Amino acid sequence: MINRRDFLKNTAKGIAGLALPLAAIEIVRPRKLFAAKGDVGKESKLRWAFLVDTYKCVGCGLCVKACKLENEIPYDANVTRTWVERYVLTKDGMVFADTPKGARDGFTTSKIDLGEGKFQDIKKENIDKAFFVPKLCNQCENPPCVQVCPVGATYQTPDGVVLVDRKWCIGCGYCIMACPYGVRFFHPVHKVAEKCNFCYHRITKGMKTACVQACPFGARMIGNVKDPNDPVSRVIRTERVGVLKDDYGTRPQVYYIGISREVI
Amino acid sequence: MMVHGEAWTVKELFVTPNEYIYWSIQIVMYPFMTGLVAGAFVLSSLYHVFGIKQLKDIARFSLVFSFALLPVAMLPLQLHLQQPLRGIEVMLTPHFTSAIAAFGIVFNTYAAIVGAEIWFVYRKHLVETALALRGKADKSPAEKINHLIFSLLTLGSYDISEKALHQDERAIKILAGIGIPVACFLHGYAGFIFGSVKANALWMTPLMPVIFIMSAVVSGIALCMLTYIVVMEIRKFLAARKKAAFGIYQSTEEIKGLEINVIKMTAKYLIFFLIFAISLELLDLIFRGYTAVKTWDILRSVIYGKDFLDIFVFQYGIGNLLPFILFIIPGLTIRRTVIGVLLVLFGVFMMRWNVVIGGQSFSLTFAGFMHYHLPIIPHDMETFKEGFFGALLVIITPFVLFWGLNKIFPVFKEIH
Repeated sequence: MINRRDFLKNTAKGIAGLALPLAAIEIVRPRKLFAAKGDVGKESKLRWAFLVDTYKCVGCGLCVKACKLENEIPYDANVTRTWVERYVLTKDGMVFADTPKGARDGFTTSKIDLGEGKFQDIKKENIDKAFFVPKLCNQCENPPCVQVCPVGATYQTPDGVVLVDRKWCIGCGYCIMACPYGVRFFHPVHKVAEKCNFCYHRITKGMKTACVQACPFGARMIGNVKDPNDPVSRVIRTERVGVLKDDYGTRPQVYYIGISREVI
Repeated sequence: MMVHGEAWTVKELFVTPNEYIYWSIQIVMYPFMTGLVAGAFVLSSLYHVFGIKQLKDIARFSLVFSFALLPVAMLPLQLHLQQPLRGIEVMLTPHFTSAIAAFGIVFNTYAAIVGAEIWFVYRKHLVETALALRGKADKSPAEKINHLIFSLLTLGSYDISEKALHQDERAIKILAGIGIPVACFLHGYAGFIFGSVKANALWMTPLMPVIFIMSAVVSGIALCMLTYIVVMEIRKFLAARKKAAFGIYQSTEEIKGLEINVIKMTAKYLIFFLIFAISLELLDLIFRGYTAVKTWDILRSVIYGKDFLDIFVFQYGIGNLLPFILFIIPGLTIRRTVIGVLLVLFGVFMMRWNVVIGGQSFSLTFAGFMHYHLPIIPHDMETFKEGFFGALLVIITPFVLFWGLNKIFPVFKEIH
């Protein structure tokens, strides 16, 4: 019969033996993998950023429509990678805001959508100011969604865009919870986390994003902030622009011209 | 086409298009169940580590119960994943900046400690049973299987001399000692998963892990007391029916006397941890109101408005204050205890509910609300998994496991 001493000894040996092949396993870091594939160790000369001129936006929703079609987000599903918000500020200090269906069909009525099928009519003479604000992923420099992903299925590319690996995402929803901008959702078909990626498949081929291309008023622009001659980069550097929720420390990379303090 | 979360979310006022209650009932169940695991273990350790003799009878019981609850801490997570088959990747390819990624390590460490402790506690019983079955001629098929199970569980160590058993005792003490911080970590870390989400105004507080641990111990003790009472009542019933000696206790009176003693002692610890838990929760609430940062406006309208009933009536009133009064009135009876622990369990469940669902009941715009409607009758897999019956499945499973474990590790048989 095996005695206690031998039992413990053999157990320790067995565990050590089993652990040996485990030493060969290395924890894979997506960033490292990326670097190994392309220019090793070199910092990218590209950093994508987005510029929204809220003065130019009329809330037509063509950007939302184009995005849904380009990125195959089911057209009638109540989720979207980008959307447009309408803000109406009245003379008595009230702030009304809505985004019916993400403004996929534009704003077809002047009534404010209050949810649950209720609408609020605001008289024109009571309005102090009103404007539209397009929203999309901020491709944060310090993305909380990447930090919280338990399996590393979402990651930041060297040129600053946050992507989701549809084959790797387990669908826990932690990234959706972690995003302060509400840009993430579950794709109704693929059942994994989904988000705006600045149309990465297009911009890496020299094209504009679908929303930029669809906007008839030039309210949306995309550019490279590392290039001093890039028009978007120049506006960000030389004009007065704002970002959303910078107090979260996420360092968002979607810049807004004409942003108002009511916008959150 | 329905998107995930749409089936149970109703939006009010200004809510952005992608916002839904993504973390539903199963994420309420997850901290509730891990809390029970951690609490049950802490209760058993009070005897093993600190030598509180009065808890001897419930210590072994709660240890095995903690083990039965353990796999069920994982079940709700699995049920809520959109890609359940990839769930294992959390353990295989953990991304360590994520709080969830530590789950595999913490969970397995804890499971190993509880498993090892049970093994040491029951080693004598396992060896004796295995030897008795080995010695028996012409075994029935059931006995053959039993023999195999018990022989395997001895792990080849048949030494049950006085010296060896003494060493077992030491091992138990050490394991229980290590187990307390690990159990607290297992659950405190569940609190960290929520507390570290900076995008969520209600969740983000460093107090969250501590609040979770305290309420975990409360719920764990409460469930152990409840199950203990139920088991003892059954034994009393059987003893009375057989009108003869049953089990180790000779008569109904003897069982009754022991039962109330254990319950009175355990109730004191329950009260102690309950006071701690409530103090911390109130501190958090007062602090938020006093500092009144930007998010306080929307939080106040949720806490004192939309969720008033859930928080102040169900959680604090019925779930905390009422059982507190029931327990501090002198002359505690079994019946009063049963009502008390049921209310405590309800209170802790409501606390989890108010954190998880309450945290998602307001929009990131701070100008809109979302209301959660728990799916009762399932009409597809999603409304089953993340509905009433999915939650029920999670609640029932540990009791089934406990029943099975009790066959191998009898919680009441005198083994030392």
